[in-house]
Amino acid sequence: MSTLEIKQLRKSYGSAEIIKGIDLKIEDREFVVFVGPSGCGKSTLLRMIAGLEEISGGELLIDGVRMNEITPDRRGLAMVFQSYALYPHMTVAGNMAFALRLAGVPKAEREQRVRVAAKTLQLEALLDRKPANLSGGQRQRVAIGRAIVRQPKAFLFDEPLSNLDAALRVQTRLEIAKLHRDLQATMIYVTHDQIEAMTLADRIVVFNAGRIEQVGTPLELYHNPANLFVAGFIGSPKMNLIGAVVRARTAQALELVLDGGSVVSVQPGDAAPGAKLTVGLRPEHIVVDPQGPISGHVEAVERLGNESIAYVSIGASLPLTVKLPPQSPVALGENLRLALNGHAVSLFGEDGHALGWTRPQAGG
Amino acid sequence: MKASLAFRIWISLLGWGAALAMFFPVAWMVLTSFKTEIDAVATPPLLFFHPTLQNYFQVNQLGDYAGAVWNSVVISFGSTAIAIALAMPAAYAMAFFPNRWTKDLLLWILSTKMMPAVGVLMPIYLICKSTGLLDTKTGLIAIMTLANLPIIIWMLYTFFKEIPGDIIEASRMDGAGALAQIRVVLLPLAGPGIASTGLLAVILSWNEAFWSLNLTAVHAAPLTAFIVAFSSPQGLFWAKLSAASTLAVAPILVFGWMTQRQLVRGLTFGAVK
Ligand SMILES: Nc1ncnc2c1ncn2[C@@H]1O[C@H](COP(=O)(O)OP(=O)(O)O)[C@@H](O)[C@H]1O
Ligand SMILES: [Mg+2]
Repeated sequence: MSTLEIKQLRKSYGSAEIIKGIDLKIEDREFVVFVGPSGCGKSTLLRMIAGLEEISGGELLIDGVRMNEITPDRRGLAMVFQSYALYPHMTVAGNMAFALRLAGVPKAEREQRVRVAAKTLQLEALLDRKPANLSGGQRQRVAIGRAIVRQPKAFLFDEPLSNLDAALRVQTRLEIAKLHRDLQATMIYVTHDQIEAMTLADRIVVFNAGRIEQVGTPLELYHNPANLFVAGFIGSPKMNLIGAVVRARTAQALELVLDGGSVVSVQPGDAAPGAKLTVGLRPEHIVVDPQGPISGHVEAVERLGNESIAYVSIGASLPLTVKLPPQSPVALGENLRLALNGHAVSLFGEDGHALGWTRPQAGG
Repeated sequence: MKASLAFRIWISLLGWGAALAMFFPVAWMVLTSFKTEIDAVATPPLLFFHPTLQNYFQVNQLGDYAGAVWNSVVISFGSTAIAIALAMPAAYAMAFFPNRWTKDLLLWILSTKMMPAVGVLMPIYLICKSTGLLDTKTGLIAIMTLANLPIIIWMLYTFFKEIPGDIIEASRMDGAGALAQIRVVLLPLAGPGIASTGLLAVILSWNEAFWSLNLTAVHAAPLTAFIVAFSSPQGLFWAKLSAASTLAVAPILVFGWMTQRQLVRGLTFGAVK
């Protein structure tokens, strides 16, 4: 249980800078998820925190103490690897007790702690097996158990679910969330999957190319993305991002001409007439409306049972993704009129940053 | 892939042929060691003859077989133990903490084996002479250690490379310092590999002749030198020479036989893991 602070952290391999000066503070008992596309440096940052990767610049503090020069075995953190990295020559119990054995914990206490963790993770029946005789999901739980037994200052997870099949992934995700509630421990979790991030995190840190794009709670990121990258990354199906020009501005509304010619009016933003913008529209914030201002024709419909997703061409470069009720009678090739539901839009300037994104969005 | 029947027959014939060709000289040597000197040089060579143990008795009277065996054992096992102890940390560092010079370093280490040993005979001889290591087991152990070190580092490096780096990293996170990583993770996982490396090193230094012959005379002479002592003055006596040679290879042959399971397991470590 501890706080963790990162100040201007940098990592270079030769001349390539992979982590470009990161500042972040992680509170005690917080569940923080690092999310971003593959190759953006999430694992590298996590491994720098773990001590497995040298820190090229900046500072890492755990509970206020500088950790840069401390080796991983003395940082008191536990890590769950993507590959599980179980010791193949030890039993499940041996794997889980390994750290305690190294630390010189007496045998009785060791066994007691392994039993408790095994019970939490339903591994009791498997304690005498070798990792080679376990399924993927069981290995995953052993890897988590190995971390729990140690009662570390913080847990580090590097894409722990990516080797599991879809059903098991959802189940394990729930178990990890429960584990966090039960243990009340600080956790840092790396994933490229924004759904995992949304479902698990107290706070999400969105990375792109070695930098932080935005830090916030899942809903903050969803409703108020700070820039185009976060807007496009968080949410599924993706937010529609359409080019637009400001035609007029009144006290109540901003009138925009979307690419393709449709004219919509949204709540006022920080933009002057003539300014070029990008409008962000969530698929669920667009509705079919015969009087609606946007016209287009349906290019594709995906019926998922609980909902239907329509792709509607409005003359812009990409079709508009629209989330509709399951029985919505939209047909392929049909011409449709659409309206914005509650003016819930995000506006981004030409530099890609949100216009006044800190303000709460009405109807969000 | 399923090979055709004809292909498989040819391959096994080839394998048996190669094995017989390699085994024949050894078999002939053992056979000759039981012949009288007259039978040994008969033309055409005799396949059936009256076996005799005469040669073995004579060889033991003429030379100190037990002493040579003892020297061979001390030198080959001693040098192997030291070389493995030196090579482990080196291979560990190169396998798990490689940097941009690691590949070059490995090649450089191996390149020292490409030079003919006779090229450094003079300096080594002089060093041994001035340090009083000529004809001592200590001197020969030092030379054997250094001569086998490159091969041992290479083999251990290859075995260590087979171990996923994640497992070592997991042990570091679990609180294992460098020594604990080697002792509790590396040794058990690379155990068969380390054992077969050791076996190979023992065999190499057991059969090594160049340095043994040039740097020993009486006190530290191992089995290779023991045989040579028979070949020069008694070069024409094939049966006695064969008996001496058979006695020289017998211990390592028995040793190899006893440990062959381990050896095969180690050498196919990567394949069967
Ligand atoms: N040892 C290394 N040497 C050079 N580049 C590396 C090394 N390790 C990682 N990288 C680079 O750093 C970038 C970030 O990698 P990583 O942190 O694994 O990304 P992520 O986990 O976000 O997918 C990648 O472009 C990768 O190629
Ligand atoms: Mg990664």
